[in-house]
Amino acid sequence: MASYSTNEFRGGLKVLLDGDPCVILENEFVKPGKGQAFNRVKLRNLMTNRVWERTFKSGESLEAADVMDTDMEYLYTDGEFWHFMKTDGSFEQFPADAKAVGDTIKWLKEQDVYTVTLYNGVPLSVTPPNFVELEVVDTDPGMKGDTAQGGSKPATLSTGAVVNVPLFITIGEVLKVDTRTGEYVSRVKSG
Amino acid sequence: MPESPVWQPSAAPDAVRSRAELLRYLRDFFARRQVLEVETPVLGRCGVTDPHLDGLAVSDPLSGIDQGWLQTSPEYHMKRLLAAGHGAIYQVSRVFRAGERGRRHNPEFSMLEWYRPGFDDRDLMKEVADLVCGWLNCPRPDVIPYRDAMIRWAEIDPFTAETPQICERVSSWLDARQAAGIGRDGCLDLLMSYCVEPALAKCGPAFIADYPASQAALARVNRAGEYPVAHRFELYVSGMELCNGYWELADVGEQRDRFEQDNALRGVLGKSTMQPDQALLQAMVHGLPDCAGVALGLDRLLMLKLGTGDIRDVLTFPTERA
Repeated sequence: MASYSTNEFRGGLKVLLDGDPCVILENEFVKPGKGQAFNRVKLRNLMTNRVWERTFKSGESLEAADVMDTDMEYLYTDGEFWHFMKTDGSFEQFPADAKAVGDTIKWLKEQDVYTVTLYNGVPLSVTPPNFVELEVVDTDPGMKGDTAQGGSKPATLSTGAVVNVPLFITIGEVLKVDTRTGEYVSRVKSG
Repeated sequence: MPESPVWQPSAAPDAVRSRAELLRYLRDFFARRQVLEVETPVLGRCGVTDPHLDGLAVSDPLSGIDQGWLQTSPEYHMKRLLAAGHGAIYQVSRVFRAGERGRRHNPEFSMLEWYRPGFDDRDLMKEVADLVCGWLNCPRPDVIPYRDAMIRWAEIDPFTAETPQICERVSSWLDARQAAGIGRDGCLDLLMSYCVEPALAKCGPAFIADYPASQAALARVNRAGEYPVAHRFELYVSGMELCNGYWELADVGEQRDRFEQDNALRGVLGKSTMQPDQALLQAMVHGLPDCAGVALGLDRLLMLKLGTGDIRDVLTFPTERA
């Protein structure tokens, strides 16, 4: 596997540190004029999601981590694994465990496309698109004429996610939701 | 991933103009004090031996330079002018340092370097303060001995602590193997960058003076006190290192020893050894006048004037756009 020297470090680079795959967030070059140069590096451990701060002597290197972000379609779950398929026409399938799926589970809809991060060919994490469209399966009855006023109520979506929605939303409607904040964006016109 | 080149300058028009003003200010400052402006080569046959400075290697065998170096500072050439009797001299030049790139570093940058025969480090600190405070309108710097700064902000005595103790002090940032690899002075450099600089960012301008003899570089060493200290100083403004000055070593025998010590340390650090500059040594045999000299980073002086923390804001084309 290739390795990267500190002067190649930049945001987004995937490296192995203490045996775990990490993504570099920041790399600061520090050097007193006549003295030893250091790189002060912030990394996110992709296994634990913890942010590490490490110092390297400039010129030290880290092994590259075989980490790849790949678009995949969500197929189904067998209860133990969530199965995804590459969208590149290869039909290659990958089972992701509950740890890899994590919080994304509440946004998983069959046939939608997600970013699956593979580490050594095994799903490490699953990231939803920024916006998903999901059907409301449960909410209190809508109130006519309430569109202008504020106020919200919880609505349960087809995936089990619960989001706060305006009072006029009714069961059966399809909503656009921002997965980064978990907030309602708009209704989707059914066509 | 190939990125498409950016043609636009990264410095705003204000910064470009400010640089021109700074150059006018400097030329006026030195003209009033009768310091002569000089030019020396950017490409020389020899580089420096400093363990932590690397020039850029350039060769042009057709011109008789089989192995040359873009200079890390004009120091050696300027000392040859001093030995030739040119008196007080200054230079604004482009200098090169391999691998130095960050928010405060660009591998090519502008340096102001000047030498004052008859001055010692204290005299030159006063002149540096005149120049910097006149440009930045900042308060005059305090003088803080290196030892006091380290005790106060890094909580270690750099002169009396044993090396294992100093390595232990940096263990929140480096593992034992890393600390051992960079040695005592490397660990002290880390404490300077991680503990002292951030503390100085909250103080007014300050000279750090009287460095450990092991970090003397080309400064003369005072062995009269309890510990040998180098007549070396640096100026920090808002926690940013601006300059490095010496009461210059004039003893050619000691200069030869320093070259050898530097090369020995370069070997330990896994770097190639550098050919000592025989022309400089010859000049020192002829006689370098007693003098103090200082090198000051002009890009950082502009950063402070404009209130930016990123050197790219003051460079027309930083290295990634050059």
